Amino acid sequence: MSGNPAAPLLRLEQVVAGYAAPVVGPVSCSIQAGDVLGLWGTNGSGKSTLLNAIADAARMFSGRIERAPGLTLFYQEQRPVRLPAMPLTGRDLLRCAAVPTHRPPPGPLSQHLDRRIDRLSGGQYQLLCVWAALAGSAELVLLDEPTNNLDPEHERLLAELLAQPPAHRDDRRAVLLVSHERAFLESVCTGVLELAPDA
Amino acid sequence: MNWEIYADPLFLLPFAAGLLIAGVLPILGALLMLREEWLAALGLAHLAAAGALLGIAAGAPAMLGASLGALGGGAVKSLGGARGNTAYGFMILIGWSALLLAAANTSAGDAVGQAVMDGQLYFAGWTELAAAVLLTGLAVTALPRLMPQLLRARFFPRHDAANRLPGWRWHLGFDLLAAFGVAVGTATLGLLGAFALVLVPAWAAFRIAPGWAWTLWIAGLIGVAAYLAAFVLALGLDQPFGPALAAVCLALGGLIGALGRPAQGRGGA
Repeated sequence: MSGNPAAPLLRLEQVVAGYAAPVVGPVSCSIQAGDVLGLWGTNGSGKSTLLNAIADAARMFSGRIERAPGLTLFYQEQRPVRLPAMPLTGRDLLRCAAVPTHRPPPGPLSQHLDRRIDRLSGGQYQLLCVWAALAGSAELVLLDEPTNNLDPEHERLLAELLAQPPAHRDDRRAVLLVSHERAFLESVCTGVLELAPDA
Repeated sequence: MNWEIYADPLFLLPFAAGLLIAGVLPILGALLMLREEWLAALGLAHLAAAGALLGIAAGAPAMLGASLGALGGGAVKSLGGARGNTAYGFMILIGWSALLLAAANTSAGDAVGQAVMDGQLYFAGWTELAAAVLLTGLAVTALPRLMPQLLRARFFPRHDAANRLPGWRWHLGFDLLAAFGVAVGTATLGLLGAFALVLVPAWAAFRIAPGWAWTLWIAGLIGVAAYLAAFVLALGLDQPFGPALAAVCLALGGLIGALGRPAQGRGGA
């Protein structure tokens, strides 16, 4: 891959990944700037493992993962870190993720910027973490089951967040989104990749 | 109460050394609490106390021994991945065992060991002041660089590995800074006095602060206020400094912390 803007940000070739033993694969796909690629599969099909492999947190058994040179990633895990006490505001959390201060989140999420994050509900906190991932400068955003904990209203807000453009007009950005909610993926993604349990 | 004693130049160096430490340890405590590693401070304090005593037995200054003991513990914790209550429990037991065995088997060890437990601030001299100035300088220089990395690693733990960044560097840097802070605190203020400054102001600040910057300010101010009150009380009433500091920290921190409320549905710190 090169610095060519048309080149994929990420390419997977026959990837087989797991931990002690293979969990997922072989999987092949490529992600271009502007893509919102959904990764769908039943429980145990290896969706999160594939994200971990892309983020260097799982073992590669065979195949290749090629990143564009200097690719920056943001990986939002399935369960955001939630401590017994977190004396940070929403704004503090966004600062941790290097989100530009001039870029407030859309909709009701902006009301939570000056509240302590341990006073937010699970869904509010999860959406704030998703916004932290999307609004920064990362070129590839990995979101693992971001619809968990969300009621229909917050799910609509999540779709709105995913539709927001990158921080800067010239930035390249793609999203790889794992979910077991097929209908949601089909409504927000530019494409959906299906993982079978024995893929 | 004998008010003239506060004007005695003899107490100027201990006062200045302790004041600097009382401003820095609560800040380190807030970061340790955010990392759920506050118990590590007690383990490091025991290792520092044991190191101080072993250093004296070997003819080295107590501050050097304390620093080496705590820094060794901090390095093992960071590089060996020794995290969690079990690891910190072992650190406490190793430090306590070495401290009391060294105290029992070295000349003057018993008295020095007792002084480390009591926290005899008034014996602090130029060495302790120099160490406190060095600690403050390191904290002021390093924390603005380390803090954003540490906060990001805390809330987005996959970020460094996913971007192939050397996250171990800032974790090791903070672990060594915390270890040095606890060592300087232990050698100057006593074992539990230093631990009280790490734990209580941060605990209270976590309950009432509206944001992270406020957390650091509140923790630091509680630490300094508790130190000033303990200095006045211990000197005026001829009490051991360490227990007086811990008592004032508990009273002040407890009062302020009681004003706060636990996080929504998640229990309080």
